[in-house]
Amino acid sequence: MDAFTTHTGVGVPLRRSNVDTDQIIPAVYLKRVTRTGFEDGLFAAWRNDPDFVLNNPTYATGSVLVAGPDFGTGSSREHAVWALQNYGFRVVISSRFADIFRSNSGKAGLLAAQVDEKVVQRLWDWLEDNPGGEITVDLESRTVRAGFGEDAVEDSFDIDDYTRWRLLEGLDDIGITLGHDDDIAAFEATRPSWKPATL
Amino acid sequence: MGKTLSEKVWDEHVVRSAAGEPDLLFIDLHLLHEVTSPQAFDGLRLADRTVRRPDLTLATEDHNVPTLDWDKPIADPVSRLQVETLRKNAADFGVRLHPLGDIEQGIVHVVGPQLGLTQPGMTIVCGDSHTSTHGAFGAIAFGIGTSEVEHVLATQTLMQAKPKTMSVTVNGSLPEGVTAKDLVLTLITHTGTGGGQGYIVEYRGQAIEELSMEGRMTVCNMSIEWGAKAGLIAPDQTTFDYIEGKPEAPKGADWDAAVAHWKTLRTDDDAVFDKEIELDASTMTPFVTWGTNPGQGAPLGASVPSPDDFDEPNDKIATEKALHYMGLEAGTPLREVKVDTVFVGSCTNGRIEDLRLAASILEGRTVAADTRLLVVPGSVRVRLQAEAEGLDKVFIAAGAEWRGAGCSMCLGMNPDQLAPGERSASTSNRNFEGRQGKGGRTHLVSVPVAAATAVRGTLSSPADLQEV
Repeated sequence: MDAFTTHTGVGVPLRRSNVDTDQIIPAVYLKRVTRTGFEDGLFAAWRNDPDFVLNNPTYATGSVLVAGPDFGTGSSREHAVWALQNYGFRVVISSRFADIFRSNSGKAGLLAAQVDEKVVQRLWDWLEDNPGGEITVDLESRTVRAGFGEDAVEDSFDIDDYTRWRLLEGLDDIGITLGHDDDIAAFEATRPSWKPATL
Repeated sequence: MGKTLSEKVWDEHVVRSAAGEPDLLFIDLHLLHEVTSPQAFDGLRLADRTVRRPDLTLATEDHNVPTLDWDKPIADPVSRLQVETLRKNAADFGVRLHPLGDIEQGIVHVVGPQLGLTQPGMTIVCGDSHTSTHGAFGAIAFGIGTSEVEHVLATQTLMQAKPKTMSVTVNGSLPEGVTAKDLVLTLITHTGTGGGQGYIVEYRGQAIEELSMEGRMTVCNMSIEWGAKAGLIAPDQTTFDYIEGKPEAPKGADWDAAVAHWKTLRTDDDAVFDKEIELDASTMTPFVTWGTNPGQGAPLGASVPSPDDFDEPNDKIATEKALHYMGLEAGTPLREVKVDTVFVGSCTNGRIEDLRLAASILEGRTVAADTRLLVVPGSVRVRLQAEAEGLDKVFIAAGAEWRGAGCSMCLGMNPDQLAPGERSASTSNRNFEGRQGKGGRTHLVSVPVAAATAVRGTLSSPADLQEV
């Protein structure tokens, strides 16, 4: 996984709450056996609507999605994270993420930055006043910033310490865990014999 | 201070704990299916890693499989490739697989319990959010993404921050004809889709204790629909009776040792939950959704709400968007909503008890002229059991379609899908936009409501049906 320190890119306002993973990528697009090529499925149903924000050329290079609360609810499909990344997003800002989506983001290297609901509202308003404007997300200082001077929106975001550290370092979880192989083997030796096995 | 059930199970599985880091948790059972596993196996190959514990891993084919012509090659080449990829991965890495055509094939969350692999006090994961189903046995069970699937394959562990604990106590008894599904739909509308976020939830109280294992699985299955990390129920005699004699259940002295341990898996009297919710089952009624998330529901006897009924601006907007998508007018009695397709099945309501209940209502009745009813068993074993009891004949006589086992119309990935604008009453778990097919409109319902709706053609409960 590539390290993530800071990112500046075009902000995309998605004025919706409860953006579930079936909206992010419908099941019919989940049939690929690779981690790439899912961009076509991203918000597939909504992209049929000419007024949908991603159909606006202003946001063609968008990389910071700003969405309402309960983003990523529903299915555990990591394809939702890959679809956002394959399309070009590096960051999603929301006031509340579903657990599995947030976890998947951390593993795949998409930054899920949780901010207060008022900050989402201010970012939406700022992006409407400044279409195509850029948002900077700094993982080191845990801040989001849009604009300069009096109109600027600047605030902190929440992310758990461990995920932040892994993203900053670009670490491979499995490699870390395999470093604890002795602990795992010791635990396995204590498991009761009546626990079920598949083979 | 005592411990809650989930804390006991959690603590029994901690391999390593360090300040400022998530716990490293041992996983007792890892379930796999074709959709969320191919990239994980690829990751293993790239890093030259193996599956650490194939003996704690089980794979089945469910999401992509057709429920018609299931004895022929899968027609859709992309679905077929995904299924064939699972077969190759299972063979290459030595994982037990129940493929299409095998007698143990079915929806992964139906297969685990019926094999007796799902047992109290276990940690169970799968790349599928409805893994919470297995919590019905007093296990900590939750869905994971593909990166975590790879992590479990390679290490048989997961790094997990310990969630907070919540109790949902459901007092009293469910009235006649009101089911576990109505209970959980009522709960989700009460809490909203994010209400359980960050918690492992323990369902308890008289109404929960009175549920069968199938009913408990229905409740735990939908834990994820209100955002909970997992949901579980303390094991009791109902649980032990269900497991005893299943193919992979402990036998002889092992059984006695297992039950002795399982009996310790209860929340201590002096344990404290981080949050508590109480509901009264005796006031519950058949409950259906009208919107596009599982928290947008109402009693069947109510009417479609108006955006003005909600105080929060976000709720108003969400209601407006939902009514537009669903093609519903505020104020319409839900009983007048005309349904095109009824789906009985899924990991929520595709077990033998669900099919028996549906058949008991459909016996001697027929499906409405312009309504279609799909009855899809959750597994091959469920299908065979239903056929042994003659339930298939009841369904076919009523005009229903009797299908092969799989996820079917729950998720719009295999041939069973709604057409744009088509409206369903579905015993599945999600009513998201397009969930059952692009443009499809879903009302989540219980099995009795599904069966009665198929007969009347509008959202109905068995109480609305004429005597036969």
